Amino acid sequence: MLDTPLWKKISLWIFTLALAAAAIPSLVASFTSSDEPAPVAADDVTAEAPAFPETDRGEDEEESSLPRINLGLDLAGGSHLLLEANPADVASQRLENMEEAVESALRQAVPEIDFGDTSRSDGQLSFILDSVADIDRARAVLEPIMMGDGLRREWDMSVVDGQRIVLTPTDAGQATALNSAMEGAVEVVRRRIDLLGTREPTIIRQGENRIVVQVPGLQDPVALKRLLGETAELEFKLVDQQALPTNTAAGVANPGSQIYPYAPETAFAGQFEAVKRLGGIRGDSLINARAGVDPQTNENVVNIQFDQQGGQKFAQLSTENVGERFAIILDGEVISAPFFNEPILGGSAQISGAFTPETANELAISLQSGALPVPLTVVEERTVGPDLGAESIRSGLIAMLIGSIAVIALMVATYGRFGVYATIALVFNVLILLGLMAIGNFTLTLPGIAGFVLTVGAAVDANVLINERIREERKRGRKVVTAVENGYKEASRAIYDANVTNFIAGVLLFWFGSGPIRGFAVVLVIGLATSVFTALTLTKMWVSGYLAAKRPKDITI
Amino acid sequence: MKLLKLVPQDTNIRFLKLRVPFFILSIVLIVGSWAAVLTQGLNYGVDFAGGQEIRATFTQTAEAPVVELRQVIGDIENIEDPIVQRFGEPNEVSIRVKLPPEAEGNPEFANAMTNAIVTEIQQSYPDIRIDGVDSVSGKVSGEFRNDAALALIAAMVMVALYIWLRFEWQFGVGALFALFHDVSVTLGLFALTQLEFSLQIIAAILAIIGYSLNDTIVVYDRIRENLKKYRKMPLPELLDLSVNETLARTVMTSLTLLVALLPLLFFGPASLFGLVAAITAGLFIGTYSSVYLAAPLLIWMGVTSDSFVPKETEADLQEKKVLGQV
Repeated sequence: MLDTPLWKKISLWIFTLALAAAAIPSLVASFTSSDEPAPVAADDVTAEAPAFPETDRGEDEEESSLPRINLGLDLAGGSHLLLEANPADVASQRLENMEEAVESALRQAVPEIDFGDTSRSDGQLSFILDSVADIDRARAVLEPIMMGDGLRREWDMSVVDGQRIVLTPTDAGQATALNSAMEGAVEVVRRRIDLLGTREPTIIRQGENRIVVQVPGLQDPVALKRLLGETAELEFKLVDQQALPTNTAAGVANPGSQIYPYAPETAFAGQFEAVKRLGGIRGDSLINARAGVDPQTNENVVNIQFDQQGGQKFAQLSTENVGERFAIILDGEVISAPFFNEPILGGSAQISGAFTPETANELAISLQSGALPVPLTVVEERTVGPDLGAESIRSGLIAMLIGSIAVIALMVATYGRFGVYATIALVFNVLILLGLMAIGNFTLTLPGIAGFVLTVGAAVDANVLINERIREERKRGRKVVTAVENGYKEASRAIYDANVTNFIAGVLLFWFGSGPIRGFAVVLVIGLATSVFTALTLTKMWVSGYLAAKRPKDITI
Repeated sequence: MKLLKLVPQDTNIRFLKLRVPFFILSIVLIVGSWAAVLTQGLNYGVDFAGGQEIRATFTQTAEAPVVELRQVIGDIENIEDPIVQRFGEPNEVSIRVKLPPEAEGNPEFANAMTNAIVTEIQQSYPDIRIDGVDSVSGKVSGEFRNDAALALIAAMVMVALYIWLRFEWQFGVGALFALFHDVSVTLGLFALTQLEFSLQIIAAILAIIGYSLNDTIVVYDRIRENLKKYRKMPLPELLDLSVNETLARTVMTSLTLLVALLPLLFFGPASLFGLVAAITAGLFIGTYSSVYLAAPLLIWMGVTSDSFVPKETEADLQEKKVLGQV
């Protein structure tokens, strides 16, 4: 029967009003903000970093119009970056680390194991032992470093031609390395962006080797990209004093040395420096880095501070090599190669090298956040200015308003009282949809606005089906109550089927889509659920309430 | 109060009489669409083609100097054939450049190109405001293409499977074919008009799949019902009856959807134009296909009331149980 029990009525109302109420903060803010500009967003905006000023052109007003619902970057303005690491980079870095580990293990063996002809090619590391007799000892020494965490074998060892040892990374080892490199990279990216002071960035690992970075309100994506592109692997290495300039320029290094190019922005761009491979200090023992100005030269510099161990090493290095040059190498490029004029004992040092205040700040941030375990490249970038987003919201809302009025007019003109019920249900539908978006912290995007409009147009479909069915039943001469009852019952089947298929399409859209498209899918899918609820359950309650109260002999439909 | 009746009651339009000509038309549309897609190609945006798109607004100039802008950008080193188009308002432009092959795997190159373009146009036109920059590498755009194709196929197959489960296999095939028609014709329209084909359009097509099926299901549901009710009625007649009975609903729903969409098409944000245009076109295509493709296909696949009913009564009982709880 059409009678709705009282408890059901009450709980339906509570449920409906509670969800609709969740939308009210968003709506209230959107109405008040037009009178007094930007009362809410002002706090957020001040949290900007000076290096990335947000242009203030009055867009805050629009931004605050839906404060409770997350606005997508295409509406709020901002940058979306997809960063990718090349697994081959991780592999080659691993090989390099392995080489160092093997070298030091063999050297530290007692007595020292002599070897030579080290080579890294085809993703393998190989070297020849000077004496065949050392094979078993070498095996024993190297075995522990072949195992990662002592659980899984990360390297395979084989012996070729009697005394050449070949180390091959295992797949499991490679996967573990990539995974931990990516986890580390996410952390470093997060620290760097946090140091910028940007508000509410989103940093998510995606798939095996990608990271999504979303920074709302960011106006200078170029600086952000530069910052994220920097590996910030800092090394201090002694300059090879014996190297002949002609050899260095030709790329030929003495044994035990390596050749690095100067960074393009330095005064020595295009030139090279030969440095000693061993005995340097790595930047991972830094505890602090800050941009500053050298009071004597007035140059922009980065002041760095080592931890205790690094400080001691640095003191030792500078004491032993006073009067010699050392190279400061960042990401494989020489920034500068100053002299050790005197021992540097305090554990702090200064990096100079043709910085602007901005680049000095960026380097400081990069250094302070630590080195990226793997270089990242930007494979997708989307930046939207805040003006465009504000305009989009405005025109989207206008379109939605006009559309809703037209739909409501059409429904009321066609179905009279039943159209009014459908209209009220539609209003609740929109409110509940907004409320759920706010509660679920879903993001409203530009296509999401289209999804809203589509929902407004399509949500009444269920009521159209029901009302047409009631018309038919009345035409066949059924009594009012029976006609209404049959209308709801018979139409439900089609409504149910149609919504399930729509739901399938919506879920696929969500699965496949990224960013803004997901916003569309979210609105469509939630809209399906809310429209079935409001169109079927709520209108049924109102219609039956009307029928029970008035007991009409005839209805206009 | 006199209520508006868009469709007179008791229509008896012989839709199915024209099923053969319309079926031929549909086949022609499908073949033509694919021919257009294959010969003209789709005008892939940066999502699918890779490359860069810069959107900008002239804040002082009323109308963007598109031709001149094309020249200015084309003169930049490494940039060939930039696509400069009006985008929305007359003072808004979209600039699209393809990344040269050497830019693949070299993100610095893409960055440098964006910077070169932005710097150049900001110098040439001081009143230009950069609204957005999209840059998609070839690798990612290739993945987008694959994912999009996969999503469309998966959506069509899954909803067809659902209909097969809920109705009969003939209905599933009919719905699948109608959907294939809708998707093909939408693609064909985009190939012909050379409107930008982007991720948003895929979203639109998935929405079309959902809503086109909505129509088809309402008609199918009525057909199933009438098959049980009028066991003796010849199928073409029964289909006509079903389509006529649901005609008022079809018209009304399409209309409400249309009046909601049109303001968005005309007053909505320019970047939604493609999406909304595709859905609006899909609205018509989908309504046509549910009447003229999905329904007649049932005749040719030999749906009869006998083959359908026994299995259905059982399913129906279950349904009633489910609905009884609502």
